Amino acid sequence: MAGDGTTQLIDEKGKRLDGRKLDELRPIEIKIGVLKNADGSAEIRMGKNIILAAVYGPRELHPKHRALPNRALIQCFYRMSTFSVNDRKSPAPSRREKEISMILSNALTSVILTEKYPRTTIDVYLQVLQADGGTRCAGLTAASVALADAGIPMKGLISSVAVGLANDKVVLDLFDIEDQKGSGDLPLGYSPILDEVSLIQLDGVFTLEQFEEALHLGIKGAKEIYEIQKLALKEKYSAIRNEVADEIKPSKKEVKEVPKEEVKEAPKKEVKEVPKEEVKEAPKKEVKEPPKEEVKEAPKKEVKEPPKEEVKEAPKVKEKEEKEDE
Amino acid sequence: MADNYVISEIEKDYILALLDQKKRTDGREFNQHREIKIETDLVQKAEGSAIVSIGNSKIIVGIKATLGSPFPDTPDSGVITTSAELSPMASPFFESGPPSEAAIELARVTDRAIRESHCIDLSKLCIIPRKSVWILFIDFYILNHDGNLFDAATLGAMAALSKTKIPKVKILEDEEVEILEETESLKINHYPVSVTTYKIGKNNVVDANLKEERVSDARITVGFDEEDHIVSLQKGNYGVYKPDEVLQIIKESLNVSKNLRKELMKAIS
Repeated sequence: MAGDGTTQLIDEKGKRLDGRKLDELRPIEIKIGVLKNADGSAEIRMGKNIILAAVYGPRELHPKHRALPNRALIQCFYRMSTFSVNDRKSPAPSRREKEISMILSNALTSVILTEKYPRTTIDVYLQVLQADGGTRCAGLTAASVALADAGIPMKGLISSVAVGLANDKVVLDLFDIEDQKGSGDLPLGYSPILDEVSLIQLDGVFTLEQFEEALHLGIKGAKEIYEIQKLALKEKYSAIRNEVADEIKPSKKEVKEVPKEEVKEAPKKEVKEVPKEEVKEAPKKEVKEPPKEEVKEAPKKEVKEPPKEEVKEAPKVKEKEEKEDE
Repeated sequence: MADNYVISEIEKDYILALLDQKKRTDGREFNQHREIKIETDLVQKAEGSAIVSIGNSKIIVGIKATLGSPFPDTPDSGVITTSAELSPMASPFFESGPPSEAAIELARVTDRAIRESHCIDLSKLCIIPRKSVWILFIDFYILNHDGNLFDAATLGAMAALSKTKIPKVKILEDEEVEILEETESLKINHYPVSVTTYKIGKNNVVDANLKEERVSDARITVGFDEEDHIVSLQKGNYGVYKPDEVLQIIKESLNVSKNLRKELMKAIS
């Protein structure tokens, strides 16, 4: 995969071909809940990458003999669209796609509380609409927020980015040309809250120093991505909360800012689709986990505000919905 | 499509009873489509692309052009080829694997409307007769399935084709073809759209949502060009029609097609 490293990828001023600094991420945009049928979904745009993630499950596994008696099976399907790359890709899954699917499944398995759902499968579908280098990483980032959107209990989110070598310098978040012409590529999946690496691969030639530098740079990048993931998740659920608050007090102002689609559909979905057992569990999870994260990771200012909101309001919202449903 | 989607008897009766009162579950008229959204040029690496939603049904279309050999029986024509994938991300009832019958039908019915309307002059896609022509791949991925994928696919294909840019070429001495950086827009001569009508009990409604589709007995997809020619037709599923009924449906569909074309032209202009 890696090129010979002779192409000039960094100019005299230390800028890369797309104008970024060596340790700079591409612009990232994450939207949650973009596909209505899925239990959880996300769209990520990372540079020119456009990737959709959809989560279904926990659900029954076919064929049944593959089911595990003690935990859920996590199946990730990474697929590239035929038109996502310069030369049309054959629609049949390639060996590369199968391999990536496998390593992504493994990474996700490590953070999901799989023992809660024995004998089931949780399926994660990743469809690359446009590829611009680092698709497996962007896909993993999207997959983990889609899982959170589906209400799957997890130890933490995975944030993922590729680090590589361009003209013998370690650079963060390779894009297409650096991926092809650079001399090394190191995709990394990392959970900042757990301080765990759940995915790491490497091709090309790294010295030990370069490897160490690359790993640290990757972790720095993953932490930046983690903040974007959290923000995207909060955005969706604060929109739902505002809408419910609006039903109680119609005069509340915040509602105006909320995009229509999300407000209308998201709460419905939760009421109908989540089985009762989960309804009971879900609030617990939301209550306990985010504050923990906040306490550890976020700067002191944030510690006071968001946990309060989450703790007090989230369970109320759920109860209301349950009652309405009955 | 989504054959193992089970709908309860109560819900089925409800849909049928409402239809007998000339009402639909979502309040639409019988000849009314759900809200249509068309977005083009989403994928820059494709020669053309579009993402279309009809209600909650959502489909992305990408066009790729590659150089290849013509078919022996049409040595001076380019080639168009369509494929559809009912991605498992689109519905809990789709499974990954080789294209299902439903996917093949969707691709072929849409292909027919495009091919038969002559919306693209295939002879313009020929570079060297018998040797080198452009092959246009029109690939559909279903992203969210909520019924009536046919109309969305045709709208998507036409929106994507009308934004398609194909590289210019230079013919070298030994009949080698060099692909240049410069591109030119694909010329579109006609704008076919398809209208799908579903037969539910005794009633015929356009653009069924997933639940309506599940309780329907049959469907008819008709493609029209802007000169009101019928360019394609497909009856699907097990139900049957009276001849007059077919005529009635086609006349109704023609009226509906004009609205769809308005949406299409609005999106690509």
